[in-house]
Amino acid sequence: MSDSRERRAKVEISFVVNGEPKTIHAYPMERLLDVLRHQLQLTGAKEGCGEGECGSCSVLMDGILVNSCLLPVLQAEGSSVVTIEGLAAGETLQILQQAFLDCGGAQCGICTPGMILAAFHLLDKKPEPTMAEIRDGLAGNLCRCTGYGQIVEAVAEAARRRTVA
Amino acid sequence: MPESVIHYPSSENYVMSSDRIVGKSVLRKEGRDKVTGRSQYVDDMVLPNMLFGATVRSQIPRGRIRKITFGGGVAWDEFVIVSAKDIPGKNCISLIGDDQPCLAHQLVNHSEEPILLLGHPDRHLLPKAVEAVSIEYDPLPAIFTMEESERRSEIVWGEDNVFKTYLIEKGDVDDVWEKADYIVEGEYTTGAQEQLYIENNGMIAVFNAEEGITAWGSLQCPYYVHKALMALCDLPAEKVRVVQMETGGAFGGKEEYPSMIAAHAALLAMKSGKPVKIIYDRTEDMAATTKRHPSRTRLRTAVSKDGKILGGEIDFTIDGGAYLTLSPVVLSRGAIHAGGPYYWPSVRIRAKAVATNAPPHGAFRGFGAPQSLFAMERHMDRIAQVLGLSPVEIRRRNFLQPGQTTTTEQVVREPIDLANLLDRALELSDYHSKKQRFKTENQLGSARKGVGLAAFLHGAGFTGSGERYLSSVVGVEGCADGSVRVLVSSTEFGQGTKTVLSQIAAEALALPYENVSVAQPDTLEVPNSGPTVASRTAMIVGKLVQSAALGIKQTLISSNLLSEAYTAAEFRTACQQYVAAHGQFRSWSRYEAPADIFWDDQKYRGEAYAAFAWAVYAAEVTVDLATYSVSVDDFVALQEVGKVLHPLLAKGQIIGGVAQGIGFTLYEKVVWQNGRMQNSQMTNYIMPTSSDLPPIRVFFEELGNVYGAYGAKGIGELPMDGPAPAILNAVEDALGIAFDAIPLLPEDIMDRLDKDRLDKDGLDKDGSAASPRFSNSGVGSGGGTR
Repeated sequence: MSDSRERRAKVEISFVVNGEPKTIHAYPMERLLDVLRHQLQLTGAKEGCGEGECGSCSVLMDGILVNSCLLPVLQAEGSSVVTIEGLAAGETLQILQQAFLDCGGAQCGICTPGMILAAFHLLDKKPEPTMAEIRDGLAGNLCRCTGYGQIVEAVAEAARRRTVA
Repeated sequence: MPESVIHYPSSENYVMSSDRIVGKSVLRKEGRDKVTGRSQYVDDMVLPNMLFGATVRSQIPRGRIRKITFGGGVAWDEFVIVSAKDIPGKNCISLIGDDQPCLAHQLVNHSEEPILLLGHPDRHLLPKAVEAVSIEYDPLPAIFTMEESERRSEIVWGEDNVFKTYLIEKGDVDDVWEKADYIVEGEYTTGAQEQLYIENNGMIAVFNAEEGITAWGSLQCPYYVHKALMALCDLPAEKVRVVQMETGGAFGGKEEYPSMIAAHAALLAMKSGKPVKIIYDRTEDMAATTKRHPSRTRLRTAVSKDGKILGGEIDFTIDGGAYLTLSPVVLSRGAIHAGGPYYWPSVRIRAKAVATNAPPHGAFRGFGAPQSLFAMERHMDRIAQVLGLSPVEIRRRNFLQPGQTTTTEQVVREPIDLANLLDRALELSDYHSKKQRFKTENQLGSARKGVGLAAFLHGAGFTGSGERYLSSVVGVEGCADGSVRVLVSSTEFGQGTKTVLSQIAAEALALPYENVSVAQPDTLEVPNSGPTVASRTAMIVGKLVQSAALGIKQTLISSNLLSEAYTAAEFRTACQQYVAAHGQFRSWSRYEAPADIFWDDQKYRGEAYAAFAWAVYAAEVTVDLATYSVSVDDFVALQEVGKVLHPLLAKGQIIGGVAQGIGFTLYEKVVWQNGRMQNSQMTNYIMPTSSDLPPIRVFFEELGNVYGAYGAKGIGELPMDGPAPAILNAVEDALGIAFDAIPLLPEDIMDRLDKDRLDKDGLDKDGSAASPRFSNSGVGSGGGTR
């Protein structure tokens, strides 16, 4: 390999992914998205734009929703990251996943992992959001298929199911 | 207001043989994988020793390639480099015509034209290498607008820059002008629109001498890619295999361009002997791949004083970009829909697709119809204005009635009652009381509100004789474990293909939905059921699935393995026994054109579509006079789409289509410079977010359809047609100003209002008129001030 990238040192980075401690070697400025997808084979996070506009690479880092395409993996050191793969408990879907399935919140599915994590983050901060709050809360995640109507309904339905459960 | 409501009227015409699975909102087949992130899209797939591919594109709109230099700082010996001379077969992307090269050899005709391909194991090294290739050209003059193309100062395609023309003539339109009480003219334009599926285009290809080429990708039409690869690689059908991966949105944008990317990946794979993955980034995807055709429609209508259209001329022109691609078919659909859902005693429609030096425009949901229907529905409001009639009344007086003929002289056989559909839309949207209320409220404050309507139709399936030529084949397999599998090349990309086709097979075989699956579209495995386009899958492919499924049942019954009435367990056993005794158990069904459907390709006359979906949409908008922004506050989408096979999916299709329509109208502007898209990022090409859109209220009427599976019609494209005219009609209602071009951005409104103010000020100086338009005492609403 001739590129100077290769001569720069990779660093050791330790963080928790979906509850499991991981230690990886990566270039400090590598994107968290690439480390998740290529090194850890967690392909649920998607690259839609690579510039933090579409939100399809959204993951939770220490409970905060981040665009993993904008985050240098160095910043993940010591943190706890949750991806879509970490949401369901085995074969039992998380409430939001089930609500997306029941309400038609997933069409082509490419924005769905990020959208569900954004909704998870929203309900974490605001357990009983109004329809308008849901629309505002998800505005950082783009969906081209649904026109958002059934996504908004799915999140409202999940909030209802959470209060009943 | 509820988020949205599905309302089912009880209809006497409701055509349904059973209501067991069809008509129910069963869970999406692949939904579980999608909500857990397990679905495999092409970029999620990794093969051992895989290279990554990148494309070196033209930097100029038109010219002759003089010299290619591979610059310093790059270890070129590590790269696989492919040029046009590495193509084993024909250097073209074979589709309707063979004019588009796979890689430019000597000439380039647009500024995103592929010239070279680079392959390397490290994807991060590719952008720098692409930049290090410098290409010298002898530039040729280029043209960028339809008007330049029509002037023919420069011929950039064929002999006259014209890809295709159509002439539709009905009655004697030359006679109507002198009988007319009014002649109303208008010109309407629409811009390019990017499909903006969230998954960028991508493809993986592998080559070996025994098996030939295999390509896995994000795509709509496996057999289009198959055909293109055969011609390019000079391989027989059995040595080309195309597999669709889970596809993250398409909307027409993955109808044709995937053939180009598969061709590129295949060439790199053939030269390197390794698997090659090409994944576009967003900028490349937006700039280089197809977008909706920009259009210009001129309408000239003869109208009687009681508000009847007597006849007219419609000139419909689209910009096809640099190569033919799908433009003839887009043009055809646009031309056939140009007359809207109205009765024209006489009409002459001239349609033309012209060449420019932009990347080729292509398929996007609606396929020409949103462009020409925008014009027609804006023009109806213009006629109403001229005659002093309401937008409601002008439509009511001209609606097509059963027994009348369309512009192509297709007799309307469906018992559609458009006046009733209109009334229902008015009621659901509270149109009349809003219109009254806004008239008063618009006198005050810094916002103006308005309501607008659009009535329209959308033909399902391929146009004219298209379905006959396609001659689609569908298979249904009884499997060794007793389950049933649908074999089609029809692809799932969000619309619910797998779900709906499973419902149809389950319904036909009286089996639980869970017992039916749909095979992954793989040309080695599935027959050619045609492309997944043109709102044809539920209606036409669905009907074939229904008939192939019945073949399975009949075979089991005639083999005495099953009686006429059976349980799911008995079916399973019978199917297992049949496979054990006879081996593979498949039933095939091929499309046959109904005897009563006739189309004349020469005269462009006859049954253009086996069925139309019909709709009336109503938009309510607010125009903010401080920011000039338009917001859509309420949207009612009422449509007759035959039997609704899956209410939840159908509603999702309509809401999604309306959202794209709102984007088309108010947000999404492709900024061109010398035929190149300047805003090819999600940061500066703006699509609606969840907070930009109102709740979109969806309502269905269900008349049924004898040609579709269980009475279904096409549904996917329809919702793209109505929003643009409904919204611009509402903006005119709010401001009293007619806008006839989309996208309509705040700066367009600002320019127009400023210009109007200046004009008025000028008049004031002459002492001849008018207070500023938007003072509290001024005029605002109702449109009487033009």
